Amino acid sequence: MNIEVNGKKIQASDGVTILEALTEAGIKVPTLCHMKGLPPSGACRICIVENAENGVLIPSCSFPAWEGMKIFTHSQKALAARKTIVELLLANHPDDCLYCDRNNNCELQDLAVEFDVRKRKYSPTKNNYHIDSSSPAILRDPAKCILCGKCVRVCEEIQAVSAIDFVRRGSRSMIAPAFCESLNTSSCVNCGQCVAICPTGALVERNSIADVINALNDPEKIVVIQHAPALSVSLAEEFGLDAGQDIIGVMTAALRKIGFDKVFDTSFTADLTIMEEANELVDRIKTGGKLPMITSCSPAWIKFAETFYPEFIDNISTCRSPQQMMGAVIKSYFAQKQNIDPSKIYSVSVMPCTAKKFEAARPEMLRNGVADIDAVLTTRELAKLITRFGIDLKNLNPEEADTPFGTRSSAGKLFAGSGGVMEAAVRTAHFMLTGKNPGNPVISALRGLEGIKELSLDINGLILKAAVVSSLGNARKILDAVKKGEAQYHFIEIMSCPGGCINGGGQPRSVNKENVIKRLKALYAIDEESELKYSHENPDIVRLYNEYFKKPGSHMAHELLHTHYGKRDLLK
Amino acid sequence: MNNNIIENNCWKEAGSVSPELLKELSKKQFSVKPDDAEMIKRLTREKIDRPVIYIGAGTCGLGAGAKATRKQIEKYLADNNMNADILEVGCIGLCSAEPLVDIQIPGKTRVSFKNITAEKVASLLDNFFSGNIPEDKVLGQFHSQSSAPWDNVPFLSQHPFFAPQKRWVLINCGIVDPLNIEEYVSRGGYASLFTALTKNNPTEVCDIVEKSGLRGRGGGGFPTGKKWKFAASGKSEQKYLICNADEGDPGAFMDRAVIEGDPFRLLEGMTIAAYGIGASKGYIYIRAEYPLAIERLYHAMEKAKKYGLLGHNILGTDFNFDLTIKMGAGAFVCGEETALMNSIEGKRGMPRPRPPYPAVSGLFGKPTIINNVETLTNIPMIFFKGADYFSSFGTPTSKGTKVFALSGKVSRTGLVEIEMGTTLRDIVFKIGGGCPNGKKYKAAQIGGPSGGCIPDSQADIEIDYEKLKTVGAIMGSGGLVVMDENTCMVDVAKFFMDFIQRESCGKCIPCREGTKRLLEILENITKGRKGKSEEESLLRMQGIITMEQLARVIGSTSLCGLGQTASNPVLSTLRWFRNEYEEHIFDRHCSAGVCKELIEYSIDEHKCKGCTLCARKCPVSAIMGKAKTPHYIIPDKCIACGQCKSVCPFDAVFTK
Repeated sequence: MNIEVNGKKIQASDGVTILEALTEAGIKVPTLCHMKGLPPSGACRICIVENAENGVLIPSCSFPAWEGMKIFTHSQKALAARKTIVELLLANHPDDCLYCDRNNNCELQDLAVEFDVRKRKYSPTKNNYHIDSSSPAILRDPAKCILCGKCVRVCEEIQAVSAIDFVRRGSRSMIAPAFCESLNTSSCVNCGQCVAICPTGALVERNSIADVINALNDPEKIVVIQHAPALSVSLAEEFGLDAGQDIIGVMTAALRKIGFDKVFDTSFTADLTIMEEANELVDRIKTGGKLPMITSCSPAWIKFAETFYPEFIDNISTCRSPQQMMGAVIKSYFAQKQNIDPSKIYSVSVMPCTAKKFEAARPEMLRNGVADIDAVLTTRELAKLITRFGIDLKNLNPEEADTPFGTRSSAGKLFAGSGGVMEAAVRTAHFMLTGKNPGNPVISALRGLEGIKELSLDINGLILKAAVVSSLGNARKILDAVKKGEAQYHFIEIMSCPGGCINGGGQPRSVNKENVIKRLKALYAIDEESELKYSHENPDIVRLYNEYFKKPGSHMAHELLHTHYGKRDLLK
Repeated sequence: MNNNIIENNCWKEAGSVSPELLKELSKKQFSVKPDDAEMIKRLTREKIDRPVIYIGAGTCGLGAGAKATRKQIEKYLADNNMNADILEVGCIGLCSAEPLVDIQIPGKTRVSFKNITAEKVASLLDNFFSGNIPEDKVLGQFHSQSSAPWDNVPFLSQHPFFAPQKRWVLINCGIVDPLNIEEYVSRGGYASLFTALTKNNPTEVCDIVEKSGLRGRGGGGFPTGKKWKFAASGKSEQKYLICNADEGDPGAFMDRAVIEGDPFRLLEGMTIAAYGIGASKGYIYIRAEYPLAIERLYHAMEKAKKYGLLGHNILGTDFNFDLTIKMGAGAFVCGEETALMNSIEGKRGMPRPRPPYPAVSGLFGKPTIINNVETLTNIPMIFFKGADYFSSFGTPTSKGTKVFALSGKVSRTGLVEIEMGTTLRDIVFKIGGGCPNGKKYKAAQIGGPSGGCIPDSQADIEIDYEKLKTVGAIMGSGGLVVMDENTCMVDVAKFFMDFIQRESCGKCIPCREGTKRLLEILENITKGRKGKSEEESLLRMQGIITMEQLARVIGSTSLCGLGQTASNPVLSTLRWFRNEYEEHIFDRHCSAGVCKELIEYSIDEHKCKGCTLCARKCPVSAIMGKAKTPHYIIPDKCIACGQCKSVCPFDAVFTK
């Protein structure tokens, strides 16, 4: 298709929108509501361009490009209109950037800079809203909301949760849970995809940095930290480094510098999870237990199931998530071994996830009224913590994780990407069923960013059927198919966030999918180079069982490493 | 086919029924048989055996007390041992004359009486049945082919309200029994559907409508036939037809009156439209605030289904059309077609970007045609009289008639239908009778919140889609509010902006945020100086400077029609009444005396007798003075409530 942009003739692919044509040609037009891969909503109007033929302003995100189209992207008219729109947004905005979580990292602020807005053009009465701090994971500040609607769309169209929507009319419109209730009483599953996509400070994670710093400064406390498998391949982005770099050693060194007494890798308990989960799967298959078994690592998925699919609760593996297993072994095995009073341990975890904050506070996760995990930080919060302590990652020498959980298999590391749990579990289940490792540890059918992946594997005559799902919208599809009897599996891996933990709600806000792919590739590279590819071969895991748990599924293991879930009534 | 049903206007009674249609309908035990001319005469009330009393019982009639009138009539008949049929009809259009009561006795024409509230019933009936037609109550008599006219009673068709009108859409309104499908058929109803289904294929139906020149009466004015063709040519197993009856403009009530008065006409129009575009499923999206109209529709649908005029195998053909009524929850934006579709789908009523247009991908992603009530009720006429006849009326670009809801500062308010090309002045002065109490006409707001004001200097403009645009107004759906010299145009702009900023769906930024800011600027303009800091005055001026530019950005960048036209009331009043704005801004004066903060009340010392009434009524004790001596208002204390002016028996209080 031949089009003319700003007087220059260029080519555009057939069937694209104007915005897509401009992006192809490397011309940037700002947008606030556009979501790649979803139908355009046309809400923000910032992306308007001027039709050169008649001076009409057209929304480029939703309008298809046409043959012979002539447009101006940065004409005086278009720029003036865009600036007015930004000024209108600012007019009803708290104007408190200095105190905002998103200061220097805000799309509205960027636009204000782009359009050189240097004075308050309107002097309105601003909407007066309360901050919703009811959720353990997400903080909602409607005053900062520009109603781009991306959170609503991600919640409904990607996650199929629909916890929030537009309410009220006109200038009083806002985004809120049903009946303007607070998040904690809504169907919100705390996945944080809305937080990750919010252009302003209207949706942020509940910040736990202050709690962690207080604990670090408490001489009575032994502060330990665990970091999730996704962390080492994504943290670098928060410091302006290229996506997909594995900085595990440097990160460990930084955490020690901050003052954490012990630094553990959650990938270790990912291995532990595999031991328990593979054992549970083999057990369910052999004893005719409830199938399909569904993974339990993703806390947003757990709440989703409790709320929308309670009939599947018995299908969910009883294994705690790696975070909670690590929390449990720290305050039991580790405490015993080090001869520390568990109540003196302050256990921190760094997760790519906001729902982990919710998980850590679940009543089921308390033992004798004490939480196994005391504070959960997101990847973004960790970056702030590192900055707060004046640590320059570039000048640190890599360090190793602490014992007794120092070793991890690359199978445990794969947990960070969609399909990783399944791949790790299949490797170990194969061993448990046959006494042998599979010929090739890599299961390519489980790899990549696709939302739904299926596997059919012959393990000594047992045709193991499995599905790997990421995003709760896809989870709905698979569960509905299972419910209707249209699909049959032994094992389903469900990750709440599209692509798995590497694209979690607590991760660096990535504007493009390419960064997520780079993080995923980094995981595969780690597995490729690893000499330890099987959870059951992890020597620290073997030792943990020998010294403590005896065998997977033992009484002790059940006490510390397993849990239960229950139905949630939305209307309560 | 006998054409005289349409001739000139509806006051010439009787219609022609299609014998072929009756033959088809008789298969479904329809009570009117093809050869039963007698029955048709009875149904059209050309022949009656006992008196018939018609009561205007549309929403406007009911509001004026039609129910009480009916009770009184029943009581009168019972007390006097008289037999008469009582019939509730819709609104004939002249709402200001409601409750309307028509009386017809055997052999004589039907006579219409105005403002017959309950207490007037006895004297009216006493007089009428003793042969006197009370002159002060009579509105006029109907024409009839078979009955004798009354002497010295004017014909309704010559009444100044009705004479300039051309009633096509409203042909049956207020005249027929809206519950009676037999009467509708006897007056020529469903003959058009029969013609379309049996003599035309769908393509021809679209061609005929396109040829007629009919354009969308909902406001946009898109050629209806052309729109139908978009959907007709789409390849989809499922297509939808939606009737937009979500009439939300302040001062607009055309759809309500048409549905209440002649529901079968809408169903007939919709069925023809559905056949043309190939839709097997239709929706009527109507506001829940129209309970009577909804009731009438349900009733009409049931009857139409019973006689095979709706549902499966309509009129014995293989064409199926099912209708569902969907009630709107009162959001103005749901009159916008994409928001309306979202609402039907069970989503929040928020517009979607276009393209894709509904005709390509509409309701549930299927090709969908959305027409408003007036557009669809025009369809039977086109097939009854032919496209050429239809297009022979109107202007070169705007064919046929247009219905307006005439309201505001005008002597005769109500529903009027005029031929396109009639001047606004004729509507306001000839039909409406001009402004009451000798006040001077200032402007007419046409097209509701999306429209504009037309000042006296432009009142000779012809009603025509294109011409209205040249003066900054739009045809709109038909709201026409007349304003006199006591109306402040800044206040008018403020009223509409307040309406719009409340009714914006909140989706797109310019409409959601911009209309609120515009309202604030207008509010500041109408604020007094009292108690304001210099900074506030400065901000007021700053707002005024940005007002026009902001209004234009809202118009050029908003997502849907609501936002794109949201600033029209401001731009249009600015265009024609800039002096009034300037007077408010620079002199802080409102010469219409509407903007309270800008009014200063004073007492004329020559007129004041010192009766102290005003001082006693003043809620803030701002009036001083001894009894029997002239009083004085303390400006700083006065809140300009106007109490003193309204109570002064000597007209001594004045404003400046």
